[in-house]
Amino acid sequence: MSTVSPAVTDAGERVGLGSRLASAPWPELAAPLGLVALIIVFGLLDPTFVSGGNIEAMLQASAILVVLAVGQTFVVATAGIDLSMASVMTLGAIVLGLVYTGTDNIWLAMVAGVAAAGAVGLINGTIIAKGRITDFIVTLGALSAASGLALIISDGKPITVLNRAMLKLASSGIGPLNWSVIIAAVVAVAAHFALFNSRFGLHVLATGGSEESARAVGVRTARVKIAVYTLSGVLAGVGAILLVARVGAAEPASNTSFLLNSVAAVVLGGVSLFGGRATIIGPVMGALLLTALVNGLTLLGLSQFYQPLAVGIVVVLAALLTRFQK
Amino acid sequence: MTESAALAASHIRKSFGNVHALKDASLTMIPGEVTALIGDNGAGKSTLVRCICGIHNPDAGQVSVNGEPVRFSNPEQARKAGIETVHQNLALVEDLTVWQNLFLSRELTSGFGPLRMMNRRAMTKEATTMVSTLAINVPSVKSRVRRLSGGQRQAVAIARAAGWGSSIVIMDEPTAALGVQETAKVEELIHDLKSRGISIMLISHNFDQVLRLSDAVTVMRSGRTVASRRAATTTGDELVGLVTGAIPADPDYVKGESA
Repeated sequence: MSTVSPAVTDAGERVGLGSRLASAPWPELAAPLGLVALIIVFGLLDPTFVSGGNIEAMLQASAILVVLAVGQTFVVATAGIDLSMASVMTLGAIVLGLVYTGTDNIWLAMVAGVAAAGAVGLINGTIIAKGRITDFIVTLGALSAASGLALIISDGKPITVLNRAMLKLASSGIGPLNWSVIIAAVVAVAAHFALFNSRFGLHVLATGGSEESARAVGVRTARVKIAVYTLSGVLAGVGAILLVARVGAAEPASNTSFLLNSVAAVVLGGVSLFGGRATIIGPVMGALLLTALVNGLTLLGLSQFYQPLAVGIVVVLAALLTRFQK
Repeated sequence: MTESAALAASHIRKSFGNVHALKDASLTMIPGEVTALIGDNGAGKSTLVRCICGIHNPDAGQVSVNGEPVRFSNPEQARKAGIETVHQNLALVEDLTVWQNLFLSRELTSGFGPLRMMNRRAMTKEATTMVSTLAINVPSVKSRVRRLSGGQRQAVAIARAAGWGSSIVIMDEPTAALGVQETAKVEELIHDLKSRGISIMLISHNFDQVLRLSDAVTVMRSGRTVASRRAATTTGDELVGLVTGAIPADPDYVKGESA
């Protein structure tokens, strides 16, 4: 017992370099350090990688993943996981396309897409929190159900969405920043404030840190869980808008790489899969890193078949880093 | 004694299926005193506490606070009535900081609607005051609970319990997991709370500690309260006898005091 006190006194400040390195938050630094390393390596191998145009392109390409990763972060922060995000995004896109085709009103279509995606999230959250069924199983079921639903209502065919507002969203912006990049940035900043400056965010972290303790002091953990899955669904809906704008059509494709990458970005961002510890900047960095990795490999002329392999290796390496946390 | 009891429980019964955890439990806490609740494992101490603080709903019996009959259906209601409980597991979230734990679910906010934000500065400031009055030194309210020692965690949990204008604090084995030095500090803390006029119920296995800290002792045996003693007039041997059953239950205890 008596040995405890010296180590505890706000440790780490004036200790040797070795222990300071050991106590550095490696998992949280993985994504930014990895990103810097990638930029240096790819930049040296091919200077066009760091050209303004390519950076703009990378930011734009990362927008959807950033939005999804933010949603996934809230779920993972409660010690859950949302495996249905990418399928829900597909469903949101199809609903958007159908409503636009039917009404010719793009704003109504966007709202409908986001609402449909949010509704799936709400159902996920309610089943997980009230039905006490494992998140993994519920969202795996939702993954299948949402993509099935998308196939049914679209009859398996892509829906072309030709609209000026959507075109603008994908091709113009403020200065060098594309609208989709701006939307993703706004989502990330709002999420950061929600996580660290609102009661909701504190309750999310408390629920993930220790659900039992949180409930004992009066946090309504069931509500918190429902809220994070709903939020994850809504952000999948926002992702759907960006996706339809980028592709110009709503496709009932499964988008599984988005699912893997959203979890990968969260892990790269140093968010604990056991819940209770999370940042927004980390997963955003993770999403940028994954996009830069794919972009760089493409620039180097590597077959795109190598991309999933590279992403997989990077993610497992990042997960290994979290072992340094203790 | 009953006229102005800070808290009184009379003839509480609670069964879980066929298990009669509480057969007939009564106790009285005098305002401003430390009342110890002792008994062997499985005697029903924790169940009684859970019935008092709103976790369990007693099958029969009455709890009253300051003479007013109350019925709590959840811990939130007990808290609002001024009863705080420090459970053995402390109910702290290790990944959160000290101030976040102190204010969890009672956050101070400013602003309106969706722009309602937590007032961190006010909370860290108030948390510092809450913690600084304690005998146990907590490094900084911004440090994570994970980094605290057992005694420091206990102190944070007690500070939270005492910090909300509560009049009664129930502590379930507050020193069971602590070393000698930390135990001494937590005992100092209990003295502190008492000197602030808070009535304390102390559940403990340590009879020396009970005699050191408490004013009154209530003994439980197999689901019943069997005796009550003033700490000043009893001995460790007598308490051991009452707990084990070597000394029979007071025939008039239950009838006499809790009617």
